[in-house]
Amino acid sequence: MTTPILETRNATKRFSRTLDFAAKLAQRLGANVSDETVHAVDGVDLQIMPGEVVGLVGESGCGKSTLGRMVAGILPPTEGSIVFNGVDIAAMDAKAARKAALEIQMIFQDPFASLNPRMRVDQIIGEAPLFHGIVSRAELSDYVDDIMRRTGLDPSLKRRYPHQFSGGQRQRIGIARALAVKPRFLVCDEAIAALDVSIQAQIINLFVDLREELDLTYLFISHDLSVVEHISDRVVIMYLGRVVESAPIADIFDAPNHPYTVALLNEAPRLDQRNRNFQPVKGEIPSPLDPPPGCHFHPRCPHAHARCSAERPVLREVAPGRLSACHLND
Amino acid sequence: MTLTVSNLHTHFFTRAGVVKAVDGVDFQIAPGEILGLVGESGSGKSITGFSIMGLIDDPGRIVSGSIRLKGEELVGASEDAMRTVRGNRIAMIFQDPMMTLNPVLRVDTQMVEAIRAHEKISKRDALARCRDALGMVGIPAPEERLRAYPHQLSGGMRQRVAIAIAFLNEPDLIIADEPTTALDVTIQSQIIHEAQSLCKRTGTALVWITHDLAVVAGIADRIAVMYAGRIVETGDIDAVIDTALHPYTVGLLGSVPTSNRRGERLTQIPGMPPNVMNLPKGCAFGERCPRRSSECDAEPLITEPRPAQAVRCFHPHGQGGKL
Repeated sequence: MTTPILETRNATKRFSRTLDFAAKLAQRLGANVSDETVHAVDGVDLQIMPGEVVGLVGESGCGKSTLGRMVAGILPPTEGSIVFNGVDIAAMDAKAARKAALEIQMIFQDPFASLNPRMRVDQIIGEAPLFHGIVSRAELSDYVDDIMRRTGLDPSLKRRYPHQFSGGQRQRIGIARALAVKPRFLVCDEAIAALDVSIQAQIINLFVDLREELDLTYLFISHDLSVVEHISDRVVIMYLGRVVESAPIADIFDAPNHPYTVALLNEAPRLDQRNRNFQPVKGEIPSPLDPPPGCHFHPRCPHAHARCSAERPVLREVAPGRLSACHLND
Repeated sequence: MTLTVSNLHTHFFTRAGVVKAVDGVDFQIAPGEILGLVGESGSGKSITGFSIMGLIDDPGRIVSGSIRLKGEELVGASEDAMRTVRGNRIAMIFQDPMMTLNPVLRVDTQMVEAIRAHEKISKRDALARCRDALGMVGIPAPEERLRAYPHQLSGGMRQRVAIAIAFLNEPDLIIADEPTTALDVTIQSQIIHEAQSLCKRTGTALVWITHDLAVVAGIADRIAVMYAGRIVETGDIDAVIDTALHPYTVGLLGSVPTSNRRGERLTQIPGMPPNVMNLPKGCAFGERCPRRSSECDAEPLITEPRPAQAVRCFHPHGQGGKL
């Protein structure tokens, strides 16, 4: 069996706000205040094989972006580890860690906020490869031209600033910047959510083409099921910091296992379902400050029973290649 | 007809030139009907909504055309007259519910104000109506929510309150501008479900403005597709989505990922939407259109090649675009 290119082992991220002096004083005096901790990501095990496209789906606050940031090395995990090519990133020496950081790149949602407005496009794209010695200064210009062409940008525009481009073109610049350091693994965090429909299609096609040309592996984070269904080989569904289901694309869409997945699929709007009677799932996503005990989904689940509110269901294999965390499978 | 918009032109007179944001829009909407107004950013769909509400500010102006609400002309109506219409006979729901809600007032204050602005009614009766309205949009424990401030509610709850306010005075028409774009999928489907059933029950007509074709497919009876300030295709939802006539509609539908084309390349419309300040001559879609011919340098008129489906194109797809 091949080693996964990327693995998270029990990756956990907690954000806590400790009490300040005044609050501590108030606590001493008997006020009802305490440290607040958000379990953004709660023990996630994920394996991504080389060349695979994994879609990570969930609603806001489910921790999908935090997980993406931990994978990209922007946030260190509170507990657990991120393993790249079989080596724990935290245990690498400085040189290996820098190499790993270059090989994992991230593409952000907002093409307006993620590009430095005071740098020209060729500087944005060329800065990192020059610094890391991937190209020499003499070759830099040709190198930038080549990457711009690859991502569908006209190299003659490279002396321009980001504000002179449209949203779709800016997203291409963001992709070009990520590709400039020759990554093997891309984390795309809602990379097309801010774009218009016709431009979305152009960027999705670009992702598909680049994957074939450059042999890339993607972690594709999105709330949009139809986009994930289109591009991914495997889908991982998260709810309130935990993975509830993971399965190959065809299985999850044809026969979802977890009740939350079923609800998500039913409610995602689709072109082929007209004027239908929506049967929405009840209630809202609970606050991650105070998640419900047991299975996080039980207050909204139509099949919940006593055990669901008491015991956390384990993510386990329900069929070859399919994982689900639900007591109903017992 | 609840609303008849004909030949509406809304232009913005900026220092850099005239922006023809809405450039000849016609549509009608019947009581209880839901019309999906679809387009990409800059297509003029929101400005159409604002024009109907009479919310166009300088440097913008409705240059010509007519907007009739149950036969009554709204273009050129006085500000006083518009004030009795807005919030009473036409209501609007925005993408961000905080556009509707005042952050420093409690929900009950704002809701009672919305009723008493248009009707002589006791505070107690008004409160009772507010409670019913919150119940109707599926808010649990409406009595408590009435006393809450907007920041104490989640995004989905706020949007429900905004919708409840829109329905308070049982308006003839509601204009919803991307009301679910900022919400999660499960919350979005709850909101769509409630808006849909309220319209059917009260006979309120609804214009649902969005860029998301899949949402429109789920909610609308009819659809109008806008491009560069004009409606390029309109018709019954099934007709337009199954057998689109305009090359732009066909392109848009092709760029939406669907399950039966998993993994295939999406059709992409080449290029970008034109700058509305400087529209090309003739058909605005011409430069991006695969069916373009020399005829397209002239302006295409609306034709009706099939019953209940109209298109603005010289070369509409014969059998409709294949999905």
